Amino acid sequence: MRIKNKGLIDRTHRVSFRFDGQQISGFDGDTVASALLANDIRLMGRSFKYHRPRGPLTAGSEEPNALMTIGSGAAQDPNVRATVQEIYSGLEVRSQNAWPSLGFDALGVNNLLSPFFGAGFYYKMMMWPKPLWEKFYEPLIRRAAGLGGLSGQHNPDKYERAWAYCDLLVIGAGPAGLMAAMTAAKSGADVILCDEDSIMGGRLNAETHEVDGMPGTDWAARTVADLAEMENVRLMTRTTVTGAYDQGTFGALERVAHHAPRRDGQPLECFWRIVAKASVMATGALERPIAFRNNDRPGIMTASAVRSYLNRWGVVAGKNVAVFGNNDDAHRTALDLQAAGVNVVAMIDSRPDATAIGDYRLIPGGQVTDAMGGKGLTNITVKSASGSESLGVDCLGVSGGWNPSVHLACHMNGRPVWNDDIAGFVAKPDMVPGMIAAGSANGEFSTAACLQGGIDAANAALGRIGKSAAKVTPPKAEDGAYHITPLWTVPHKGRAWLDFQNDVTVKDIKGAAQENFRSVEHMKRFTTQGMATDQGKNSNVGALAILADATGRSIPQTGTTTFRPPYTPVPIAAMGAGAQGAGFAPQRFTTSHAASADDMNAPMIEAGLWYRPSYFPKPGETHWRQSCDREVGYVRNAVGVADVSTLGKIDIQGKDAGEFLDFAYTNMFSTLKKGKVRYGLMLREDGHVMDDGTTARLGESHYFTTTTTAAAGQVMKHLEFIRQALRPDLDVQLISTTEQWAQFAVAGPNSRALLNDLLDDPVDNENFPFMSCGEVSLGGVKSRLFRISFSGEHAYELAVPARYGDSLFRELVSRAEALGGGAYGMEALNVLRIEKGFITHAEIHGRTTADDIGMGKMVSAKKDCIGKTASQRPGLHGDHREQLVGLKPLDSTQELTAGGHLFDKGAEAIRVNDQGYVTSVCWSPTMNTSLGLGFLKNGRNRLGEVIRFVDHLRKSEFECEVCHPVFLDPEGGRARG
Amino acid sequence: MVNLIAKSPCDGLLPVTIGNVTLSERDLGRMTSVAPYKGEQKAVSAVMKDAHGVAFPSPNRMTTKGGAQALWFGQGQALLIGPDPDVSLTAKAAMTDQSDAWAVVELKGPKAADVLARLISIDLRPTEFKRGHTARCDLLHMMASVTKTGADSFQIMVFRAMAKTLVHDLTTAMESVHARVIA
Repeated sequence: MRIKNKGLIDRTHRVSFRFDGQQISGFDGDTVASALLANDIRLMGRSFKYHRPRGPLTAGSEEPNALMTIGSGAAQDPNVRATVQEIYSGLEVRSQNAWPSLGFDALGVNNLLSPFFGAGFYYKMMMWPKPLWEKFYEPLIRRAAGLGGLSGQHNPDKYERAWAYCDLLVIGAGPAGLMAAMTAAKSGADVILCDEDSIMGGRLNAETHEVDGMPGTDWAARTVADLAEMENVRLMTRTTVTGAYDQGTFGALERVAHHAPRRDGQPLECFWRIVAKASVMATGALERPIAFRNNDRPGIMTASAVRSYLNRWGVVAGKNVAVFGNNDDAHRTALDLQAAGVNVVAMIDSRPDATAIGDYRLIPGGQVTDAMGGKGLTNITVKSASGSESLGVDCLGVSGGWNPSVHLACHMNGRPVWNDDIAGFVAKPDMVPGMIAAGSANGEFSTAACLQGGIDAANAALGRIGKSAAKVTPPKAEDGAYHITPLWTVPHKGRAWLDFQNDVTVKDIKGAAQENFRSVEHMKRFTTQGMATDQGKNSNVGALAILADATGRSIPQTGTTTFRPPYTPVPIAAMGAGAQGAGFAPQRFTTSHAASADDMNAPMIEAGLWYRPSYFPKPGETHWRQSCDREVGYVRNAVGVADVSTLGKIDIQGKDAGEFLDFAYTNMFSTLKKGKVRYGLMLREDGHVMDDGTTARLGESHYFTTTTTAAAGQVMKHLEFIRQALRPDLDVQLISTTEQWAQFAVAGPNSRALLNDLLDDPVDNENFPFMSCGEVSLGGVKSRLFRISFSGEHAYELAVPARYGDSLFRELVSRAEALGGGAYGMEALNVLRIEKGFITHAEIHGRTTADDIGMGKMVSAKKDCIGKTASQRPGLHGDHREQLVGLKPLDSTQELTAGGHLFDKGAEAIRVNDQGYVTSVCWSPTMNTSLGLGFLKNGRNRLGEVIRFVDHLRKSEFECEVCHPVFLDPEGGRARG
Repeated sequence: MVNLIAKSPCDGLLPVTIGNVTLSERDLGRMTSVAPYKGEQKAVSAVMKDAHGVAFPSPNRMTTKGGAQALWFGQGQALLIGPDPDVSLTAKAAMTDQSDAWAVVELKGPKAADVLARLISIDLRPTEFKRGHTARCDLLHMMASVTKTGADSFQIMVFRAMAKTLVHDLTTAMESVHARVIA
């Protein structure tokens, strides 16, 4: 029901939206909950477990009942609280957890079965027989007891992450937060003020208090306008600070676009990380309900929510309203309702000495013992000294007192302390370093106390960050005392709800105590109280008060459960903003990418962050193997060109560069002659192989090292660690030059012919023999040439400054094609290196040693190096190890597969008989057979033996010959040619 | 003989203007990393100052003179941007040509800092990150060098191969910021 002339809504702006398909009309400024209540719709959801009809319990982000799904299709957003969702034209809202409809919910049968669904039921009844738990019970329960669901489709919405810095972060813009922000801002501090609401002002927007002689809401608006004018203040509305983390860092979720139709480029939400030197926690307080029988009927809500709906939105959830409370504050609801002309049936105060503060019927010492009405409240039963009576009411406001919102203060594992005066927990100083609580979050409940508290907190914070505070006087405001006599539950039969969201009743808590789950943390796990999206904001203190009673302890002795971030739900999509799809990791493209992928249609494979061509299909080729075989033929018979820029390249300079390399690598580099290249092997400290690659000596104190593509970052880090931490005595400098050079392999018998057509000065076998390097000129462009080979052929690698990479690649390919060759991709590169027995990280996979891969002799006896001592441990070398071998099927129609295992002929193919495994395989068009590299126990002494290959996964099995890993040209004549 | 054609890292990707922020590629000419050998930093700085007008920068700072920049680039490392380095430096410092290794862009406009705040974790308040301040930091998932070059302009560098991702990430953030401006 809408009340005339009340609320901060814009009555000139009608807004219509759909709720469960029904057209609903509201005003600009309404939430879904206020608009529905204005249209006399109280039933907004079904409860989690028993599917009980529910309406909103609150008017804020702590709402446990009125959860909705917003939108439909891929972008649907589940579990949105109707109490914070602002309405806009075109908004589509659906209720959850009800089938076929909210009014008639078939799973309401759970409610009748409730004796079987009490706390602990799952653990006791459904764990047996055990295998049925995962397959049957859990999915069944999840379907029946549920919240809203995701669409299961790719999320099309955009999200954002951002950082912000300030001197003082003020969390909450109620009277305390506004005064804290104003005080700090006037003192010259950089201030960020966050509030989860769309309008700043906190409870001032929901009450009828005056501040500074004007309505509180006007004062708040004026103060916010003043703050907005100041350059050192950043105001963030619709922004919930969700977590407090180390070193003054806070997480905050800003709801950027939930309140309006989607627009291109606009993020739905932004996850902020705010770093502050100090913070003021002005997060306010949350009213708690009182547990009585059937206290979950739609129409029953907190007394402050009744005031919020009335004063903020001009809405009342019924025509005849009663209020039930145990404190002075609850009476304000009766007063405000009366002033607005709403029929107040009774103010029921559980304190026998309560006095009325207005002209309404007061029932002192009274308690509500039951509530009636299936889909909405119709009657309550009230018991007092004068007996029991039934009152016809369709809305009941309940107040069991206020809990300061201490959640953020507890995020670093501090525990709040109990304050008897307010019967609530308050924060201790510095539970989060640099955080100061103010206002009702600090247990100061009058408006005047909140305003002063904000000033005091700001002054304290300014002192900590070394700024002198400007003099600020608090405006005049009410300073009423807050009297409360705790009442947690009204004696009852049946069920009285504590945790509305998880359907946890008083009986469940008592049951937990009976089952000896006496610790509050154990009680929580047993009953699920305080879990789910509201994290027990309305029920934690009530539940532990009842646990305290049931276990004969005081509330402080019982303690609270741990408050953890986030304060309100944060979508993973917001925390991971920008990382969807291709944003998951940066893409590294070589200079030849456009030519390869776009012009030559090469399918790309990912190698680390790099994209590399797999093969270059030609018209008529229907299978990658056809392309691969052709490309292998280019290199073996003519000339092939491949982009090898992705290999890590490191410049190593300094007078001790040689000594540095000797220490990092197993073999000697200090003896390498200028203009020469040497293959090197690098071990980890534990003696296993880390990486391999070639190092060229470009000058007396200048080396140029290459790494594998995959380990480039790891090797750079390793070398930098050696330089800074292990050998700071050496005068050496390192820097990555991977990106400076576009480098291409030119391989095959015609490679020199191709190069000499390009180079300004030709090379020959005398001035540029195998394993040479040097500077060359390419049309005047200074380039580097290395005569090295990863294919076993006469080959070069030519490096030009990256700006020329695209141009050079196109030149090389077209010239290679003219010589009967062309570009080759990763598939062919792999075949070429397997034919030659060259290793990659398939072989040096982290568990193999230099001896295992047949390079034991490369660990120089003349010097020490990283990993040498460890590699000499008896377990890491010798005949008992699996050693690198080549493998060839006896039947050439069989194909080896990587990952298959090796067994002795006649031995059963089981784990204990395992002799080794296969790491790399290919079809060799050169030798017309399948080839493999693998590791075999004592493999080097078993060449020529026939062994059984079994791939259990792909169900193949045949016999192979154990070979030397170098299948082709073992003398290496072709590379020297 | 061959005629090689040069391409810039952001070829075909820039410039882009969204709202009042513009992202454009910068060609700063020669870029040489300078890492002084043991005990040589002062001498290196003197030569740089003498020959190029820019001293070896302190950590997180950039020194500039005319077209020359000396940009702090990591522990004991600076990037000399603009001139061909004086030959006498070679004996005192490890010098490596990096002219082609980095994609260099400029982000300029009143909301440039807001755009960057979506991608890097540096405190960008004008009182904290001033003209001539520089940082090596993550830009979303990439390691970057970010330098404040003017009241509302930043110089951003990432590995050349990541140019496309850089432009994508920056333009996405520019769109987000602009969408709020017109909200």
